[in-house]
Parts: sequence; structure tokens; C-alpha cells
Amino acid sequence: MLFKVLYNMSNEDYLKDISEIKQLMNRSSRFISLSGLSGIFAGIYAIVGALIAYFFLFPEPGDYLILDSWQFRWLLIDLGAVALLSVLTAYLLTTSKAKRNDEKIWDATTQRLLLHFLIPLVAGGIYILIKLNSQHYGLTGSLMLLFYGLALINASKYTIGNIKYLGYVEVVLGLICAAFPGYGFWFWVLGFGVCHIIYGSLMYVAEKK
Amino acid sequence: MGIIDNINKLFDHRIRLGIMSILMVNESADFNRLKELLEVTDGNLASHLKTLEKEAYISVDKQFIGRKPNTQYSATKKGKEAFKKHIDALEKLLNT
Repeated sequence: MLFKVLYNMSNEDYLKDISEIKQLMNRSSRFISLSGLSGIFAGIYAIVGALIAYFFLFPEPGDYLILDSWQFRWLLIDLGAVALLSVLTAYLLTTSKAKRNDEKIWDATTQRLLLHFLIPLVAGGIYILIKLNSQHYGLTGSLMLLFYGLALINASKYTIGNIKYLGYVEVVLGLICAAFPGYGFWFWVLGFGVCHIIYGSLMYVAEKK
Repeated sequence: MGIIDNINKLFDHRIRLGIMSILMVNESADFNRLKELLEVTDGNLASHLKTLEKEAYISVDKQFIGRKPNTQYSATKKGKEAFKKHIDALEKLLNT
């Protein structure tokens, strides 16, 4: 009888321990719990953006992509819209979740994560723009995948371990893409659309568990 | 050998358990970040960090950011394994 009472007491303590562990893990690295849904949305935006580009903005087969054409300008706007919508969705999902859990959105974790994500990404973005300006647009898809993958791997040090696998996949896709010139568009759809949706869904299922 | 053997005495304390929980999901964390998350006093946190360090469950990296000293803590392989074992033991206990 005494044993039973003691046992139940420690059981309750251990339960409390477990819930405290979970709470601390979530609070100290909240990005993991959001990446699922944001990933799915980012993938959908990328595919919609790619479809728009494919049907309306790409030059006819045999034609060249001319840099000061209206098509090219709309292509950039299309790309910018995909990026902006993805970031905005991730931001809104993060803030709403943070509010629900009564957390600060702008703390040391977020700052470090963003900084380390942006360094490779901005460097790559500038590089691509410089190359585009000198008419070297052949490897744009490959470069975007590579730098985005490296940005994810770099940022993954400040969040739980899963996002780095998405980063590895993007880097590998970027390298394969470099070996197959002319298929950049399809690799881009695969990397930014399909991979995001697959990764997002996997994360989403894992979060629900 | 019962399941109770795997319950780690070192993790029997709320703050030490908390430190390990944070370091399991973060590559590293500095002193102030731990303090902010765990809501404890300097002295209290420092003494528990010492205990974990002595056991080689965490590693300590002292550096300077400008003139300000900054100490980064991270979980060692040994610490991560011990923590995982502890959690498994807790779960088994609760499931019996």
C-alpha cells in the first residue's frame, strides 16, 4: 500500500518532468513546429509561380530569353512574388503560433536563425543577379538550388536537425541540374515545389504525432 | 536490473533536466539564453552547469564578443546518450 502511494507520487513527478522537457524544447526551438505547414505552402506557391512562367512568360522553343523584354521583367516579378508569399506565410504562421504559446517572436533563436539563413542566400542572390546582368542565365536554376540548400544547411545549426536534410537534397539537385543544362526549369520545380511539399508534409505528420 | 536503474540521478533536478532539454534541440546556448528560458538565478544556474560539466555531459566554450565574455554551452555525445536513456526509462516507467 505504501509502495503504491510512493509509486504514484513519483509517476506524477515523472509526468511533470516529461511535460516540462517538451515545453522547454519547443520554446527554445520553435521553428521546428512550424516548418511543416509553411513548407507545404512554399511548395504550392513555387509550383503555381512556375506554371505561370511556363505558360505565359517563357520564350517559344528556339527563341532566346531577352533580358530587357517584358517577359523577363514579369519573370522576376513572378519569382519575387513566390519568395515574398512564402516568407509572409512562414512569418504569419510563426507569429500566430508564438502568440498562442505566449512566446516572443523576436528573440535570440530567431535572430541567429535568420542571420545564418540569409548569409548564403543573399550572397547567392547577388551572384546570380551579377551573372544575369552579363547574360549568363544558363545556370540560374542550378545556382538558386545550390545557394538555397547551403542556406538551409547553415540555418539548420540553430534549429532541430531535420531541415538540413532538405538542404542536402537541394544542393544535390543543384549539382545534378548543373550537369543537365536546359532542364533548369524542371529541376527548379522539383527542388522548390515538390521537395518543399514532401518535406512539409512529412514534418506536418510528425508534428501531429 | 530493473528499469529504475536507467533513471539518471543527475537528471533528477528540474534545472539540470531543463538545461539538457534545451541543449538537445539547440546546437549550443549561452548563459543568458539558458537563464531566460529556465527562469533561474545566475548562481543557481552556474552551479548546475558545473555539475553537468564535471560529468562531461555538456561542453563549455568561453569566448569574447567584443569586450564581453560569452560562454556557450552544448551537449556532448555522452550527455545526449545519457539523456536519451533517461527519457526512455521515464517513458517505460510511465507505461507500466
